[in-house]
Amino acid sequence: MKKIIGTRIEVNDPNNDTVIKVDGLSKSFKLPTERSDSLKGSVFNFIRGIKGYKKQTVLKNINFEVKRGDFLGIVGRNGSGKSTLLKILAGVYYPEKGRITVNGNLIPFIELGVGFNPELTGRENVYLNGSLLGFSNKEMDAMYDEIVEFAELEDFMDQKLKNFSSGMQVRLAFSIAIKAQGDILVLDEVLAVGDEAFQTKCNQFFNKIKKDKTKTVILVTHSMENVRQYCNRAILIRDGIVKIDGSPEDVANSYSLENAERSKSNKNGGGIFKDNPIKNLKVKLDSPKQISQKDTLKINITYDVEENINTFAAITLWDIARSQTLINSNSRNKPCKGKGQKSLSFNFDLSALNDTNIRIYCSVRDIDGSILSYSLDELSPTIVFRRDDYENMNKKTTDAILFNRGEYSNHEKNRS
Amino acid sequence: MNIPHVLNKKNRVLLSELTKTDFKLRYQGSVLGYLWALLRPLMMFAILYIVFAKLLRFGGDIPHYPVYLLTGTTMWSFFTECTSQGIQAMVVRGDLIRKISFPKYIVVVSATLTAVINMLINLVVVVIFALINGVEPSWTWLLVPLSLVELYTLALGISFLLGAINVKYRDITSIWDVCIQALFYAVPIIYPITMVASTSTIAAKIILINPIAQAIQDIRYNLITHETITTWNYVSNFWLQILPIIIIVLILVFATIYFRKKSKYFAENV
Repeated sequence: MKKIIGTRIEVNDPNNDTVIKVDGLSKSFKLPTERSDSLKGSVFNFIRGIKGYKKQTVLKNINFEVKRGDFLGIVGRNGSGKSTLLKILAGVYYPEKGRITVNGNLIPFIELGVGFNPELTGRENVYLNGSLLGFSNKEMDAMYDEIVEFAELEDFMDQKLKNFSSGMQVRLAFSIAIKAQGDILVLDEVLAVGDEAFQTKCNQFFNKIKKDKTKTVILVTHSMENVRQYCNRAILIRDGIVKIDGSPEDVANSYSLENAERSKSNKNGGGIFKDNPIKNLKVKLDSPKQISQKDTLKINITYDVEENINTFAAITLWDIARSQTLINSNSRNKPCKGKGQKSLSFNFDLSALNDTNIRIYCSVRDIDGSILSYSLDELSPTIVFRRDDYENMNKKTTDAILFNRGEYSNHEKNRS
Repeated sequence: MNIPHVLNKKNRVLLSELTKTDFKLRYQGSVLGYLWALLRPLMMFAILYIVFAKLLRFGGDIPHYPVYLLTGTTMWSFFTECTSQGIQAMVVRGDLIRKISFPKYIVVVSATLTAVINMLINLVVVVIFALINGVEPSWTWLLVPLSLVELYTLALGISFLLGAINVKYRDITSIWDVCIQALFYAVPIIYPITMVASTSTIAAKIILINPIAQAIQDIRYNLITHETITTWNYVSNFWLQILPIIIIVLILVFATIYFRKKSKYFAENV
């Protein structure tokens, strides 16, 4: 048996802003090759001098930190090691090497509704699930009403779980997850549940928790939309190593690129995009760094194409403060043909906006829309948008994304 | 394993919730429900009583033989239920172990606690039968819990040890089933130990060194009749007398160490 030198420690230090610290984490699994999950198989393997397993390294020297209030997205293709990482953070698996420090109460949701039993009532299941997550009955009493209210299942809680519809079961499980009173919430692929109304509710909840600086969320997901929408930071894991630790946009783009390469190489027998045909992607501003509503935002994009393919550029204007996409635009209708250097201009009228800071992301895609290259964070220019017509304007109206152009008139009859 | 950690509030809550759930679910959907906790051993007893006491005429010289037999079968079902549930516990609860981090021993203990609850219910029946059968209440009844703890400790030790191995090698469940069958005949439950003693004292002594036999004979001695042959009054050598206790302690210590060492990998292997 190999010696474990990995450790996972839990502390509770409210003064320390680092809630999770991962230092040099590695993990491998022994995958049985011959049948070694029975005594007979093991004995045979032993006699024949076969190890009976193959060592597979799933995580290699992972390092990262999570600060209090972060909404961290972890993305990566299937089998990249995300879930293993999450399970180690949650203390389900043992770290083989390295050191993990968890500061605060971590509530893991590797799966929703762990321990749910169809023969128990909704209420009993909530308390059982709570006890598995480490809550006492008293703590659960305090949370119970909120959970049931959020799940909208007030009338069903004394029914057995087997009489719930599957949507209702998931709603209940999900409500426990997001109403659980912990400092650090760990969620694995659990977002898309319930009907549209419930989705909207969850969306509101996540936007709220994103602003809450005392709660930390770690979210494993394949939805780049979710990453862009909720996360303030993201990590891309590929083959057990942290490839990118940066902005959600950066990670989301890189992930899309990774998937596009994968699907391409499958389609064409592999290899085409090993050497990326797009080189020297540059995004330049043809307008000043700070502009007002009177100016036009002008962006110039240049890139070299080394293969005979049709390409187009896509631009995302990202509101940095609000973590939202403002405008998406692309040149798909007028693609660039063939090899050579390409140069494109994009102009944007931003006069509808209120004050904000904007980062300009750019990606180059082939005609199917698969991403070929994108601008990294450090190469993506940012601009400052400041209006100069805010006279007598109410502060509330300038907080919104759009500038207030509405008019109003008063139809109330004058009584005097 | 430090004691405050083992008994901290979080773990106690989890243990009681899991045990409650187990117990609630056991007789879920049956018409008689919890009554089966009583009916099953009583029916088993009826069968054994008819076959061994009435047809084969065992135990003619033992006073209160039906209660004597009932005590034995009750304790035996407790032991088998405890161990088989305990050994299987980690596999049955694999779903939880794979997804949530909590001390794994809780799963084993909660599975065996259901057996303890069943046994305590049955014990009440045994006492009622004993009183009906004319057994005189005696101060030695107070010693019975000691033997129950002893038997439970042994069952728990076996559950930890074999349960930990069973996570990886599921053969253990089948092997233990066979062992249980063999042990059933190695322990004087249906046959009185006097039957063995009359042919070979050495064989009787060997039987009595088995901790299960020692505990069950003690319970019969303290509860029903002081004419019962026990390890203490039949085996004379002091070291042989305490050998059953030593065996139990060794199993428990070894099981605890082994279980703790392996528990880190249960989530990966189960």
